[in-house]
Amino acid sequence: MEDFFQGYKGRSLETLKKYNVRVWGQAEINTTRGQFRGTVLPRSENDDDTHIVLKIITGYNIGIDIFTVITMKEVGYQKANYKIPEKEFPYHEGLPKVKLIGTGGTIASRLDYRTGAVIPAFSPGELYGAVPELADICNLTTEKIFAVFSENMGPENYKVLAVKIGKEIENGIDGIVIGHGTDTLHHTSAALTFMIQNSPVPIVLVGSQRSSDRPSSDAALNLIHATYAAGHGDIAEVMICMFGPTSDEYGFLHRGTRVRKMHSSYRSTFRTIGDTPLATVTRKGVVPIKQEYNHRRKDRKVDIFPYFEEKVSIVYYYPNMQPDIIDSLVDNGYKGIVIAGTGLGHVNKPLYPAIERAYKKGVHIFMTVQTLWGYVHMFVYDTGRDLMAKGIIPAENMLPEVAYIKLGWVLGQTDDPEEVRRLMLTPVNDETTPREPYNGYLIYQGGVKEVDDFVRRVHK
Amino acid sequence: MKRKFDPLQNYKRTMKAIGYVPRKQATEADYKRIGFMSGLEVHQQLKTKEKLFCRCPAGIYHQHDDYNAEIIRHMRPTLSELGEYDGTALMEFKTRKEIQYRINNKTACTYEVDDTPPFRIDPEALEIALEISILSKLNIVGEVHITRKQYLDGSIPTGFQRTAILGVDGEIQLKNKPVRLLQLSIEEDSCREISDIGHVRIYKTDRLGMPLIETVTYADMFTPDELAEAAQYIRFLNRSSGKVRTGIGSGREDVNVSCRGGQRVEIKGVAHNKWIPELSHNEAFRQWALLHIRKILNDKIGDGKTWKPEQIQLDYDVFSITFEPLKLARDKGYKLVAINLPGFRGILSHFTQPGKTFADELSDRLKVIACIEKPNMIHTEQFKSILTRADLDIIAPLLHAQEEDAQVVFWGPAEDIPTAIETIEERCRIAFVDVPRETRKSFINGTTVFERVLPGPDRMYPDTDSAPIPLRDDYINKLRNNLPIDVSERFHQLKKWEVPEDTYHYILKKNLVPYIEKITGELGFSPRFVGTFFGHTLKNIEGKMKPHPDFSYDKIYGLFKFIRKKKLVEDISRIMLPMVYEYPSMEFESVLTVLKFKKRSMDDLLAPIEFLHEKFKEIKISDGDEVTINWLMGQVHKQAAGNVSLAELRQNIEKIIK
Repeated sequence: MEDFFQGYKGRSLETLKKYNVRVWGQAEINTTRGQFRGTVLPRSENDDDTHIVLKIITGYNIGIDIFTVITMKEVGYQKANYKIPEKEFPYHEGLPKVKLIGTGGTIASRLDYRTGAVIPAFSPGELYGAVPELADICNLTTEKIFAVFSENMGPENYKVLAVKIGKEIENGIDGIVIGHGTDTLHHTSAALTFMIQNSPVPIVLVGSQRSSDRPSSDAALNLIHATYAAGHGDIAEVMICMFGPTSDEYGFLHRGTRVRKMHSSYRSTFRTIGDTPLATVTRKGVVPIKQEYNHRRKDRKVDIFPYFEEKVSIVYYYPNMQPDIIDSLVDNGYKGIVIAGTGLGHVNKPLYPAIERAYKKGVHIFMTVQTLWGYVHMFVYDTGRDLMAKGIIPAENMLPEVAYIKLGWVLGQTDDPEEVRRLMLTPVNDETTPREPYNGYLIYQGGVKEVDDFVRRVHK
Repeated sequence: MKRKFDPLQNYKRTMKAIGYVPRKQATEADYKRIGFMSGLEVHQQLKTKEKLFCRCPAGIYHQHDDYNAEIIRHMRPTLSELGEYDGTALMEFKTRKEIQYRINNKTACTYEVDDTPPFRIDPEALEIALEISILSKLNIVGEVHITRKQYLDGSIPTGFQRTAILGVDGEIQLKNKPVRLLQLSIEEDSCREISDIGHVRIYKTDRLGMPLIETVTYADMFTPDELAEAAQYIRFLNRSSGKVRTGIGSGREDVNVSCRGGQRVEIKGVAHNKWIPELSHNEAFRQWALLHIRKILNDKIGDGKTWKPEQIQLDYDVFSITFEPLKLARDKGYKLVAINLPGFRGILSHFTQPGKTFADELSDRLKVIACIEKPNMIHTEQFKSILTRADLDIIAPLLHAQEEDAQVVFWGPAEDIPTAIETIEERCRIAFVDVPRETRKSFINGTTVFERVLPGPDRMYPDTDSAPIPLRDDYINKLRNNLPIDVSERFHQLKKWEVPEDTYHYILKKNLVPYIEKITGELGFSPRFVGTFFGHTLKNIEGKMKPHPDFSYDKIYGLFKFIRKKKLVEDISRIMLPMVYEYPSMEFESVLTVLKFKKRSMDDLLAPIEFLHEKFKEIKISDGDEVTINWLMGQVHKQAAGNVSLAELRQNIEKIIK
């Protein structure tokens, strides 16, 4: 049955019904504030039930307060139908084959001007219509395997993705691009690093910080960079490709295990922590920053490890944390806990008995640092030594989120304490590094003359 | 044998053919003849502490070079409703501009450069805008919906402006007719352009995001004077709220003009209302001229569907180059292209605006769309020819040019040449069909240049980053009950007070009626005197002296209060004002001291009259009571000012000498 009153509820719905005015109807509304004319638009479900949305002739939307309505009349009706135009994605002999896998983030989209809803563009034809430059970079195929928001991505999705990518590699693809919401992009990149090892081709995760319906979106440029890195780049690893500076200048390729979203809204939000990014990427090519990386290979060999134990948690320590936080995890059957401790990797004394109890119950506990930069050093203070004695294992300079993903992945394969420790502390791809370079920690503060001079000179 | 063709004569002839008259000589009949029609979009900044969608301070401006960081963006068109790119969008994309934004930490945060979503709309701005909406007799909406309006020129880093309608269908009353208002919106102001050269456009972000209202009229104005009157009225109305910004750039007009059979063309950002008549006059005639060109082309060539220009790349060596820009182009390694426009003889030099011809339409677009800086072309119909007969003899055969054709030679970087050729061809093709819908940039001399293609209606969509804002009846009624008096009522008020009419403009522009009311109401001076004091005395001083930053109209209230308290006569205010204006912090008592003012009674003043009268008899060079009295008044009026009324003094002197 057709819904004539999309999104309207309660009193506004009653008003529309009373005067026989439908959504998409052209309405003339007499109110105590004067007359209004326009097309009735659907209303967002979360908005109140005392207003009717109208698109007036000049293209603007306004709301009419139903308590001011004297009369209302439908004088016309025109339902809008939308379709994204498709242009056939051209095939160019000699360009690499790239597969774009969709998980639900909108990489390219078109706005429905009448409702404001975003219609995602995803088929190669649609993408070509929105970002025609892609056709000069690669021969693109696409497949949408989930339709979830970034925050709803989880272990099951990671596993499906890993297996899917494994098949694509066997089938001869030259590069993989994964479109993904940005909130948990770095969780997925870590998971895929562990689940897909020894890949002969680049696997590039990409998102956008500004939706592609706006002219200043970073989506198109990110997609151009990602397809370039996937199709032409020499770095055959799981990577995140996002803006380097906030300017439309170049992208970074970040190693999937050392990267983190660091700002809630900046375009340049993804930063490599405790190291330099792998490379920069522009339309002209990939320029490696790091000298050591896994090179692209011609063979089709790849190892897929689609495992994950879901009973793993991450505990962000705060002063005065009570032991029942740990106890409740143990009582609920959690098998692994990653603690993001203060400073060099500390928690307070009242937690000790709870930790001991957890350890005795066979829970695997790893320590990371909430400072994000730097290593866990549990020998420096007594506290650290006490904690290690109680069974906590320091996880070097592994990022807390990465440690969480890795512990889930490890416990999906074994629960032997020695094996868990060995797997956790043996890096798959730099989730722990033997050394931290000096330029791996660069958070300059504004106000310092040298820094301000630099910021003025170099595009942010 | 080639016919002689004089471009300047052709320009004059075509100007006459379309019946162009300078504005000073134009009558209502002229505007009726060409079907002059126009409407306004009046922009007015609001006087708020903060910007509209972030917490940056509003109203602080910087020099071009005063910035802390620079960021770069490229604007991409997004698909419109029908899957087509908007005309403007396509043009802006063609231009492939790199947009640089200069950011100063004092006036811009991460919101301005689109790295943070909007904060809640500034309630102060919303309230001022609503007050003005009510004053404009608009129907106030029940709920405010923030809308995004696309701009791809880079003037807003997001690529769109956040804007919202507050009211629709209002009315203002001009002297002779009412004018309908289409709508009033609240919106964020855009960046200020620093430069736009080649493929790089630079903006600064200080003004970006400041709250602004836009009042849009229907196209109800049928002469340039009506248009100016409407603009003036809306400006006064906005200012009557007392809560809008004044000064350079705080009020700007977009003027929409068409002639009969023409198209809506928008003259952007006119900063002074006094420029409006000349600009709109010339624009209507420009369109009238373009329609004439269309007729010539249609008669000569037909509908132009098969019309095709031919072009070739030239070698610089072909010419004996003396034209300086061409030398520079050669040195820069630019490509040189000649293009033949079949049947266009007499078109390139066809009048369009005073001092401008159709060739300028091509040159303007080369600059904007192909990003080739001016001078960017020469052609066969320049008033002072640069292409010599010898040059043409070489070029014409290469282009298979006929006598009825015109030729353009232009130059630019190799990568811009295809766009440039396309641009010239496109503009010429439009000439067969229509007046192009454009936004145009204005100049003080009353002419305009092409700025961009006028955007279509499909560039509006809801802002998914912000929630609708309900406007309840009790809130609107509260605002309604606290409104300033309507501007047209202000007119009546001034008339009733018998304030001289030549002061109205100044008094309304500065929104001084509330001060007049306060001074007359609280202190008992006559409104006629106070009105004249503002409109003549103060205005006169303002024209001569720079204002001291501490001077405000409250000082004038203080001055009158002082005069009342000291029981002085009001005339002293005129003598004191220059001092008060120049040294507003000086005490009024000290002002009197500096002016050597002494308290004197009428008797004191009249005491020396007899003596002076005798003296005058000795030195006088002409006779008559009037002359005598004037001379005597001249001797004592300075001492009298502030102590007694001068009229009374005169009467007393008359009595003494008769």
